[in-house]
Amino acid sequence: MLVLGVESSCDETGLALYSTTRGLLAHAVHSQVKMHEDYGGVVPELASRDHIRRLIPLLRIVLDEAAAEKDDIDAVAYTAGPGLAGALLVGASFAEALALSLGVPALPIHHLEGHLLSPLLAKNPPNFPFVALLVSGGHTQLMRVAGVGRYELLGESLDDAAGEAFDKTAKLLGLGYPGGPALASLAATGQAGRYRLPRPMLHTNDLNFSFSGLKTAVLTLVGGGLADGDRADLAAEFQEAVTEVLVAKALRAVRTCKLDRLVVAGGVGANQRLRQRLDSEGAALNIRIHYPELSLCTDNGAMIAFCGAQRLQAAAAGQNHGAFAIRPRWPLAELIAPS
Amino acid sequence: MKILGLETSSRRLSVALWLDGRLLERGGDYPNAGSEYVLPWAVELLAEAGMALGDLDGIGVGAGPGGFVGLRLACGIAQGLAFGLDLPVVGVSTLEALALAAGGARVLACTDARMNEVYVAAYEIHDGMPETIMAPGVFPPERVPVPPGSGWLGAGEGFSVYGERLHEALGTTLTAVSADVWPTAAAVARLALPRLARGEGLDPALAAPRYVRDKVALTTAERLARGGVR
Ligand SMILES: Nc1ncnc2c1ncn2[C@@H]1O[C@H](COP(=O)(O)OP(=O)(O)O)[C@@H](O)[C@H]1O
Repeated sequence: MLVLGVESSCDETGLALYSTTRGLLAHAVHSQVKMHEDYGGVVPELASRDHIRRLIPLLRIVLDEAAAEKDDIDAVAYTAGPGLAGALLVGASFAEALALSLGVPALPIHHLEGHLLSPLLAKNPPNFPFVALLVSGGHTQLMRVAGVGRYELLGESLDDAAGEAFDKTAKLLGLGYPGGPALASLAATGQAGRYRLPRPMLHTNDLNFSFSGLKTAVLTLVGGGLADGDRADLAAEFQEAVTEVLVAKALRAVRTCKLDRLVVAGGVGANQRLRQRLDSEGAALNIRIHYPELSLCTDNGAMIAFCGAQRLQAAAAGQNHGAFAIRPRWPLAELIAPS
Repeated sequence: MKILGLETSSRRLSVALWLDGRLLERGGDYPNAGSEYVLPWAVELLAEAGMALGDLDGIGVGAGPGGFVGLRLACGIAQGLAFGLDLPVVGVSTLEALALAAGGARVLACTDARMNEVYVAAYEIHDGMPETIMAPGVFPPERVPVPPGSGWLGAGEGFSVYGERLHEALGTTLTAVSADVWPTAAAVARLALPRLARGEGLDPALAAPRYVRDKVALTTAERLARGGVR
């Protein structure tokens, strides 16, 4: 079966074709990062305006690349939430109408389920069950994943998401948007430990996080301004603080669940320092760490097509009447397993 | 020709089916609920006509101006249907559709653009086809441009929201006002018909909303220039 995936929840338009027998056949992403740069962040209305221009050109690219015809598509999966309402609605409208016109099921997919399962698209996919660390601009969560649609929330950020903390701190350090990657590059030239930032909630007994205090601590240190070298050292210390807490709690979650696999997903998962520490501290505990391929770390249609395929195979899709809804706020733990 | 018309630029949503001279329509006042109604209505109309989606010859869509979210809903649906069915798409001005729906000979169509502004355009209707006298624009109500001559019918929600302020600008240009008139999918389908017949339908990738209001955010540089913060 061939599943088309459509992602438009934030500032990337992604389309992909996944075959249940041949794997990922094609995926194409248009990133709006350049467009939003001048505005210092994602402007939802501009994001929506861009999505609607990109869908069909990207669809044609993936059909070409997969040497497929539109009539070969057996289902259309799309991100129904969480995300920016206007942006979600563009992909949803297009996908639902396309599915109706092709006479195939439309499958509304949870964006975070996409990220969560994206490591299964890698060469050595992990088996269920595993613990997943979801670290993106909007979420920081630890989940126990028993199977498709079987997610138990173990802990999450009580305030800012890790990516959000990276972005806000980058702004305080005078770095551009998007802040995460910029801060990580600056950190690579600095030295952690010269400044001392707190490790929020490192020693609490739960698996929750809190990152908003870090930003305040950075703000205090930045004060009236810093020399370039000092900024790099502060960036390095910030990255170290976030990383240390993420690594400690993620590995603790794996051990609490008596498992030996951790899956890392979401934009912050691209952070090299985080990967380094997870790999080495995980290895010491015999915990294997799985990452999505780098090109699938950011938002993409492949993970949505893949989720759609999993759900389609597990349960017969209902008849398509054309009514649909998006869910800009949609807790992952509310998802149910296909039965 | 068999044409599907979609119109969701205002709170009055509608879908219409033009069948070689016969018009079927579904609609209602459902603000922000287009995703629930538009495709099911299309399916119902086709069933009522004993037709399949594949029998359509083209799609007409209310392209704007209007609520941005609604414009993209209709446009996304039109793109998806048209791509799947290999159909051409015609984007119709929502103000032109409003003018046709209003039923006058000279119509000043005016809708609420929020943020203390209105979308406005003027049309003369000859034999059921509007001719553009004033192209769509977005203005504060007291600064709307005045169409030439007199005998104009003011039509659209703009007049119920900003009636007095519009009258300041328009004075005696208007001879009547119907505020409770909305762009309809039936009008969209009628307006799309001759364009589709002339082969002016677009590849669905080119079907795009016409927002009219194009400046929707300030860049960081613009914010700083106005004394804002980063
Ligand atoms: N190398 C990196 N180091 C730290 N954060 C990063 C890095 N690369 C990306 N990010 C952060 O990841 C987030 C984007 O991830 P994504 O999964 O697309 O999140 P969302 O969909 O919630 O916006 C942003 O906050 C960005 O700053």
